[in-house]
This record gives sequence, C-alpha cells and structure tokens, in this order.
Amino acid sequence: MKRTGVFVCHCGINIAGTVDVKKVAAELAKHPGVVHAEDYVYMCSDPGQNLISKAIKEKKLDTVVVACCSPTLHETTFRNVAKIAGLNPYRCEIANIREQCSWVHRDRSKATQKAISITRSVVEKVRRNESLEDVSVPVTKRALVIGGGIAGIQASLDIANAGFEVILVERSPSIGGHMSQLSETFPTLDCSQCILTPKMVEVAKHPRIKLMTYSEVQEVSGFVGNFKVKILKKPTYVDPDKCTLCDECTKVCPIVVPNEFDMGLTGRRAIYIPFPQAIPATYTIDEKACPGMFDTAIACGKCADVCKPGAINFDMKPEVVEVDVGAIVVATGYDLYDKSMMAEYGYGKYPDVLDGLQFERLLSASGPTRGRILRPSDKKEPKEVVFIQCAGSRDPELHWPYCSKICCMYTAKHAMLYKHHVHDGQAYIFYIDIRSGGKNYEEFVHRAVEEDGVLYLRGKVSRVFEDNGKLIVWGVDTLTGKQVEIAADMVVLAMAIRPSKGTEELAKKLKIALDKDGFLAEAHPKLRPVESMTSGIFLAGAAQAPKDIPEAVGQASGAAAKAVAILSQERLFHSPTVARVLRNLCTGCAMCVNVCPYEAISLKEGKAVVNEILCEGCGTCSASCLRNAIQVKNLTPYHIQEMIRACLGG
Amino acid sequence: MAEEFEPRIVAFLCKWCSSAGADLAGVSRMEYPPNIIPIQVMCSGSVSPLYIFSALSHGADGVLVSGCHPGDCHYIKGNYYARRRLALVKKLLEYIGLEPQRFQMSWVSATEGIKFTQIVKDLVRELQPLGPQNKLRRKF
Repeated sequence: MKRTGVFVCHCGINIAGTVDVKKVAAELAKHPGVVHAEDYVYMCSDPGQNLISKAIKEKKLDTVVVACCSPTLHETTFRNVAKIAGLNPYRCEIANIREQCSWVHRDRSKATQKAISITRSVVEKVRRNESLEDVSVPVTKRALVIGGGIAGIQASLDIANAGFEVILVERSPSIGGHMSQLSETFPTLDCSQCILTPKMVEVAKHPRIKLMTYSEVQEVSGFVGNFKVKILKKPTYVDPDKCTLCDECTKVCPIVVPNEFDMGLTGRRAIYIPFPQAIPATYTIDEKACPGMFDTAIACGKCADVCKPGAINFDMKPEVVEVDVGAIVVATGYDLYDKSMMAEYGYGKYPDVLDGLQFERLLSASGPTRGRILRPSDKKEPKEVVFIQCAGSRDPELHWPYCSKICCMYTAKHAMLYKHHVHDGQAYIFYIDIRSGGKNYEEFVHRAVEEDGVLYLRGKVSRVFEDNGKLIVWGVDTLTGKQVEIAADMVVLAMAIRPSKGTEELAKKLKIALDKDGFLAEAHPKLRPVESMTSGIFLAGAAQAPKDIPEAVGQASGAAAKAVAILSQERLFHSPTVARVLRNLCTGCAMCVNVCPYEAISLKEGKAVVNEILCEGCGTCSASCLRNAIQVKNLTPYHIQEMIRACLGG
Repeated sequence: MAEEFEPRIVAFLCKWCSSAGADLAGVSRMEYPPNIIPIQVMCSGSVSPLYIFSALSHGADGVLVSGCHPGDCHYIKGNYYARRRLALVKKLLEYIGLEPQRFQMSWVSATEGIKFTQIVKDLVRELQPLGPQNKLRRKF
C-alpha cells in the first residue's frame, strides 16, 4: 500500500479565491492510499516547503502530489524538496489547479470539483511512479556559432576566451556581416569598420576559433552536449595560403556582376574579395558568374594565367565536414525587406530611390563614391533628400505589423551625416513615431533636429514618382493636417528588418521554432531571451528580433555565457523518463523503430532496444506498439488508464 | 427551467504546445467552462487509441486530443503520427455510431490561449445537446 501525501496550495487568493482548497484537501484525505493531506497559503515559500519535507519524514510518505500552479513553474522546486527529504524526485508530481483551473473558472463549486478530479488523477499517477535516476552523458567541449556578423563574432570570442574551442560558420566569403557595410554608428558616430575590424582580426588570429567561411550548416543531429553537425564547405577555387592579394586576377576577369557588399550600387568581377578588410583575406570565384564554371565550360582561365603564386584551382570540390559540438549559438542576422514589395515608393523604377543599406554605402569612406553623397543616376549631389521611415514596418494590412526598432535611429543618423556632407542640403524625414529608447539616443535625435536642421514630418508617404528629373514625394503631415509635396533629388527608404534569407530552413535543421513574423523564437519572452526551445541551442542578434549593435552584442555575450555554462560541465543530466522495452512482450515488429523521431530505437536479437541518451521520452513509440511492449517510464498506458479512471470518478 | 446538461470531457494535452497554451489562457485570465479535465501527455503522438476508448468507456461524454501545430511538433513529427492515427479512430467511432462531436482533435500552440479557450467553449456547446454518452460506457 502506498503512502501518498497531498499538499494543496492557496497561492494567496490565486487558487483559494475560486477553489475551496480546504475541501480539496479534505476530499483527497479520503482517497485510498492518501495518508496525509493539507493546505497552505504558499507551498513554494520556505515554510511551505518545510511543511512538505516534515510530512515526508514524519508520515513516512513514499509519494507526493502538490496541487498548485503549472508544473512548468514549480515542478523542479517541489521535486528538490522531495529529494532533500530523502524521496526520489520522480515520486513527486504536480497537479495544475491554477492555470488550468482556478484562473479560468468562476463557479466556485464546479472549479472545486474540477480541482479534486485533477488532483485525484495525479495521485493515481504518482502512486505508480517508480524511482528513477537521471541519465548522465558526457559533454563535447566545443561550440558551434552560426553566422559571422557582429553577434556571431562576439559570441565566438566570448566562448573562446572562456577557454573552449569554437567553430564559426559563415556562409559568405567573409565575416563581418552587415556591420561591415555601415558607415558610422549611432549615437556616437564611431566609424563602423574601425570598431569592427579589430574584432574580425581577433577571430582570425584566435587559437581556439576555427573559422569556416563560405560554408553552410547542412545537417544537425544529437542533443545538448552532444550535437553532430555536418558543414558544407563550398569551393572558393582560390587557395588562401598561396594568394598574395596582388589583385591581378580581378583586372583580367571579363565578368561583371552586381556587388553585394555595395548593395548593387557597383559591380564586381566573378573573382573577387568582398571588401579590402575581409577575413579571411583572400579571393573567391563566384561559380554562378564565372564562365569557366558553366557546364558548357567556356575556357576562360584568365585569372589563373595571371596568378603568379598559382593560387587558383578550378578543381576544388565542395567538401562536407563533420564536427561534434556541445552547444550551438545561432546568429544569422537580418536582411532588409524585399524592396520590390514597395512599388508605391518607386524602388527599382527610379535609381535614386535607395534603401538604408545602400545609403550607408554612399556615406561610407570605403563605398562606391568614397563617402561623397552622389545620386546614382547622374552622380550629382542631391540637395533635397526625403527619408521615409517604417517602409514595410508597422503596417499590418500590407506588410509587417512589428516595429523594426533600429530605423528611427539610423534615419536620424543618415539625415545628420547627409548634412555633414552636403551643408546646403535639406533632409526631410517622414515618421509615424520617433522611438529613440536607449542610452543617449533621444539626445542624438535632438541633435539631428537642432544642429543639423533635419525637418521631421509626422505622417506617411502615399507615393513617389518622377517628374522633370525630380522625385515627387506625396505625403501628409498629420500634425498640421495638410498634404505635403516635396520635389526631392533622392529618396531613402528605411525598409523593415527581416530574418536573413534561409532562416526558416536553418531553423528546421536545428529543430528550433520561429515566431509569427519568422524570427527565431526565444524560450521565454522575458526570462529566457537568449535560449531557444531546444536545450543547448542559443540565439543572438537580429535573427531573434530586430536589434541594434549594442543589443546584438549584449545578447551574443548572454548566449555565449549560456553556452559556456554547458561546456564547463563534465557531464550533463538528461531526464530519465525515457522509453523502456518489456522484452517478454516485444515481438520485434519494428513499428516503434520506424516512428521514433530520434532514431533512438533499434532491433537487437529480434527485440527493440532503446538508446536512453537519444530518447527524448515523447512516447510516439508507445502509441504505435500493438502490445504495449514499449512504454515511457512514469507515463505508461497503465498510468494514463488510472488517471482517466480517477478523473472520471469511475 | 431544467438545468443544462454538463458534459464531462477528458482532454489529452501535449506538454509543449497545448498544455502551455492552456496555461497561457490561465495566465491571461480567460474563462472557459470547467467541464474539461486535462491530462498532460508528452506529445499528441503518444496518445494511443486505447486512451480514447478508455475515457469513453469510463463515462466521458467527450474526448479532446490537442497537440502542436503540424510542422511545429516539439518532437519533430509526433503530431503527424497522431493526426493519421486519430483520424482512423475518429472514423471508427463514427462507424460504430458515436456522434462525431464526441471525439475531437485540435492544434493549439503555446501562444494560443484564446484559441484553446474557444475550442473548449465550442466543444462544450456542441456536446450539451447530445446528452450523456452511453454508447461506449461500461455497464456493470
């Protein structure tokens, strides 16, 4: 006969306000096998925990049910209480009578009855629980960081500086991300590359960071502490060890394609280095553009002819590298919203309608105009520039409902820098609200208005069209209630921030969730902002939500700290509520083997065998077994049957 | 006026999505009828047809199985198995003459407290006119 103790929490009035907790305790006291039942105002408080501990010892309880809030909140708390009192923690279960009972009902007697039913069913479950010990697994002391922008760089450096190996995977030929494209950064106007490139160099030189550029994550399996990752290393066709960066190859390459680094404002050759400070400092042949690479190979090979060190190798093949890592940081960053979606602003039709990143390139000293603001169409200095904020953001009807967060600040910066370059020019900014929360951000916007005379117009723009060499902007100023028409020389759109291309596919490979807007979903919006729902996988930077550089860096350091917390363990513990095979019932039909999502079940000598380390305890196997020969420990069909019987009172 | 029939419903909720969605309904202080008794399972894929028959034979007037949205299963694909398996159960129950409303499946994510509330309200409203379920109830 079991000796079960039931502890009913009032949670102040959160439970006791709707549920008659005294009655729940009294009814449960009558339940067969229950030798102790009491209620208390806050079970999770110290006195509450002591009360459970005391009852376990004095009444020699062998199983415990705490009827309180959701198990996601205090299951660990109460299982620890049981453990300290000398009970196996898996002999303690939670009956959720707050979130799924008292908080959603008003009728006191019905809610009380429901709380009794829930608690009874959990009592019947816990009575059948066995004592279990956590499954322990060793930890691979190495991290994978996906994405080599500022967030990925920071996370890699922090993990490596804590003493662990890091593999940093970046899909483009250089690390640096969008930050390397920026001119100056708000609110201090630091030169972006000047503060970024030392970190890029540190990554390249770090003895514990293995940098894999032009590479992509192909497949991920395993679990926290023990992930197995396949990484596809795309061929660059240039041997970085031989390349001397003499740049002779680009002078002879006959192919010109749009330059991604300059957001298409300039061209680049098929063999190229993304930007002068690129890390690794080497050239890459774009196989989509190079005529030597087509199936119907046109023999070009001009670059190879002029390459004195013989660094060019057309026979380089894609390579798949397999690595073991203990933790993963995903920092895949953002892209701007597809501008072709905003036809009303004339993007694509008029060359002088730019997006924010293109304007950054115009401002940049390393950009196509060497930092002079010139119109792409006629290379003349624009005297009137209109900036349009929220292009695609805060527009639930047509585009995206969320705020892209960084555009208010960077548009203020753009307008300010424009004035620093073109003293007699005028900048106009159309805005919905100015969101300048952040240290020294509000002061920065004021500086734009007061010192640089930027004209802010509160309202939206309906249309941009060309007339007589000018871009006519039709908008509304909602503060004066008047329509506004500006004949501008250039229009800059602050496009919505979107998760970078390929985020969805990567999330599927990693088995992590996306939020409603397609960004990577954090485990808890407030308390677990850098963790994904999958243990051991952490999030950093704009892949999780639009964010500026300081926030991305802060989150990257947070994700790194979380990864280090795993890597610094010798062994990790895994829930022991995994599947078990009853060998005498198993016929070896292999139905469970086929349905297991983790490939944790195999057949040995004609019977199913479970790998307890791989098993996550989902129970899909048990529902497929015709003989109940495979069951999840402490949640077997027998447990469920008894729970059903108890809650229906039959 | 005669008191309205109060159906008793057993709900198998997966831990990661639907039970979390039901928790969110609680946290957001939404309200739904207390006719539903939740049993938390790890995954909708672990819900054996026997659980449904067992609940009906013990006198449940309705059974709900709720999991993560297809494609969003915490266990990758458990809910796909649930969907296929339970669709057969539903057909079987209808074949033997049980009203189709008595066994339902739904997909409720951890952020869909409102949806969970609505599902319970609709289920109770659909079951009320049917009266007690006696077809599969054990008689002894």
